[in-house]
Amino acid sequence: MAYVALSDRGQVISHPHSWITKYVWSQDHKVIAIQYGITAIAVGVLALVLSAMMRLQLGFPDTLSIISPSEYYQYVTMHGMIMVIYLLTALFLGGFGNYLIPLMVGARDMVFPYMNMLSYWVYLVSVIILVASFFVPGGPTGAGWTLYPPQAIMHGTPGADWGIILMLVSLAVFIVAFTMGGLNYVTTVLQARTRGMTMIRLPLSVWGIFTATILGLLAFPALLVSAIMMTLDRLLGTSFFMPAIVSMGEQTSYDGGSPILFQHLFWFFGHPEVYIVALPAFGLVSDLLSTHARKNIFGYRMMVWAIVIIGALSFVVWAHHMYVSGMNPYFGFFFATTTLIIAVPTAIKVYNWVLTLWHGNIHLTVPMLFAIGFIFTFVHGGLTGIFLGNVVVDLPLSDTYFVVGHFHMVMGVSPILVVFGAIYHWYPKMTGRMFNSAMGKWHFWLTFLGTYAIYLPMHYLGFLGVPRRYFAYEGIDFIPESAMALNTQITVAALFVAVVQILFFVNIIWSMFKGPKADPNPWGATTLEWQTAETPPIHGNWGPELPGVYRWAYDYSVPGAEKDFIPQNQPPAPGEKVVI
Amino acid sequence: MEAILVFIFIAVGFAGWWLWHEKILDKPWTTEGTETDLRESIGTILPTRRTGLAVFLAVVTSVFALLVSAYFTRMELNDWHPVQEPGLLWFNTVLLILASVSIHWCSRSDKINTVKLMLLATGGFTVFFIIGQFMAWQQLVIEGYYLQSNPANAFFYLFTGLHGIHLLGGLWVWFGAMLRVFTGVEIEQAKISVQLCRTYWHFLLVIWMVIFALLLST
Repeated sequence: MAYVALSDRGQVISHPHSWITKYVWSQDHKVIAIQYGITAIAVGVLALVLSAMMRLQLGFPDTLSIISPSEYYQYVTMHGMIMVIYLLTALFLGGFGNYLIPLMVGARDMVFPYMNMLSYWVYLVSVIILVASFFVPGGPTGAGWTLYPPQAIMHGTPGADWGIILMLVSLAVFIVAFTMGGLNYVTTVLQARTRGMTMIRLPLSVWGIFTATILGLLAFPALLVSAIMMTLDRLLGTSFFMPAIVSMGEQTSYDGGSPILFQHLFWFFGHPEVYIVALPAFGLVSDLLSTHARKNIFGYRMMVWAIVIIGALSFVVWAHHMYVSGMNPYFGFFFATTTLIIAVPTAIKVYNWVLTLWHGNIHLTVPMLFAIGFIFTFVHGGLTGIFLGNVVVDLPLSDTYFVVGHFHMVMGVSPILVVFGAIYHWYPKMTGRMFNSAMGKWHFWLTFLGTYAIYLPMHYLGFLGVPRRYFAYEGIDFIPESAMALNTQITVAALFVAVVQILFFVNIIWSMFKGPKADPNPWGATTLEWQTAETPPIHGNWGPELPGVYRWAYDYSVPGAEKDFIPQNQPPAPGEKVVI
Repeated sequence: MEAILVFIFIAVGFAGWWLWHEKILDKPWTTEGTETDLRESIGTILPTRRTGLAVFLAVVTSVFALLVSAYFTRMELNDWHPVQEPGLLWFNTVLLILASVSIHWCSRSDKINTVKLMLLATGGFTVFFIIGQFMAWQQLVIEGYYLQSNPANAFFYLFTGLHGIHLLGGLWVWFGAMLRVFTGVEIEQAKISVQLCRTYWHFLLVIWMVIFALLLST
């Protein structure tokens, strides 16, 4: 029983006592998770402020002139990059992955705790490098989050001197950090599951995070390779991506490089990245819906297979981001087909979430509200994705606000709603205290309705043909006055939603000190993390013995059972009929 | 992008095979109470560090497969002038093979003196390989194959440089194994370290063979 020996190293784990080893240089996965979470959310708030600056410019172009065109592009770039990579990827995998994997699989910690700690500190370095680019001459890069060459490293693009180099270095450092964390998450799921915890008994949260981590481990190298090659182009004058080009009236020394090659490499990372963010959200929301509807998840196996199939397919759809790059039309046909195919397992997941709610005993708690909100925004963003997946529809809509509306709905708002829902859901376990429910509900409704007020009109702007990435729209004949009024309305809604997030921060900080003591298992959930002896769980998670697992994670409202949930570690009662 | 797609298909195939063995088709709600652990029944229990290394090797394979993909794509453009590879690379290849042979010998041996000798030999051959690669770079520079002057040159430096960096990382683990073997503490850990080094050296040898063949043939 080798796995017991390695997963139950109770004696080996030394419990740190000083404040520094306990909270700063900690190797405890729960502390590292919270460090990841706080850093990611802090840098996310920065990105939120940047978006507010952009919206002020777009909504009131004449009355308020706070930022210059260069700054606008820099803010667009940094907003996108931070939100996708430094917030969402880090928060879902470094944050929730770290916190939930060992607890949910019944392990005492990650299998390589030291490397796990290193992962966080290297991630922090990457964030510091990223933020440092605001303070260098020329400021951060304004190349757009896709960093397309040649313009990304040409003079005339904001931040072409220092900003772009810091950006590429920061990404490379982030990838190193992610790889160290990712090796931990994958190996822990493979090796450290407790007795009885088979793969097919894992909660869907773990399935989502596990699969997303594998995607990240295989896809981030594409970003690493392209970042290295672009750095060489920029610093040493190679021509991997840079074609012969005239800049500011002078012939540059570049010759013959292929910007399209960069696009292929970038999107080979970039599309799986969408699912690196989405799959953990899918997993977490499944557990939220099932728990708060007091009903087993509908089609558990189908949900697992869908996660795996989406993960595999996500590697063969990347060029649907490149329909307008002038590629072979047959390629476009191929990638449109794979894009529509990937919609099938995704749709299965949506049906199953809805069918989980059907005839459930729905408790409209704060986490549940966010989970149901996610279904709305995800269906919305997913459907517009089917529009854009078709070449003929994408061509006219590409580079309009329709695309902005689409991807913010599907991979901005939807994952963030899950983040909020999941934070509220696991908050009692993480802190041992209960948050203020009323404030949480206000937070949900204002955020949910507010984001619709932001992003629904953007689709309409896109149909009008309003191009994205523009600093100002004066003197463009085909854009009617009403579109400008709509832009102002979007800005008002965006600022409102940004300010509303204060409710969230006030709630979680205030409740951490003043909230009522939480029950160890306030939602009546079945998964292992709710069955720990202490709340919050101590270092090492479990008592002298690891929990054994006797059933799947979704035994809710089992007929004849004493309570409306049966924890995974509850042995079958003598004489209990085993359903076969 | 063919090379990386081939790798992804292999990875997906492996994942499918593994998931099937993990009984992903079972209905978990019907197997209540059973305690059988599938990992025992199919005997896939591996030491944790070996699993971690295997996952890491998949990541490294992805890096090199992507580079090969980029290489093929960039090669088709008309400014490509192939590099005349220095003959020194053949000598370096022999050094890396010797390093692989000695780490293999080291991991198979029970005699502590052989283990020490072979472990030292591994490090020696590897260091000489890296020095040899540096000398090959210098020869290229003398012959006028600068990094900037042609993408073929740039890819040559990129491939060999990245491969060398991975070997340096390996030497870090090798150093840890050396410390353990020569001080004689944690001998069980040292054994695992040596085995991990063996896998890693063989892997990097294969990667080098593929890169070298690719560079020679184009």
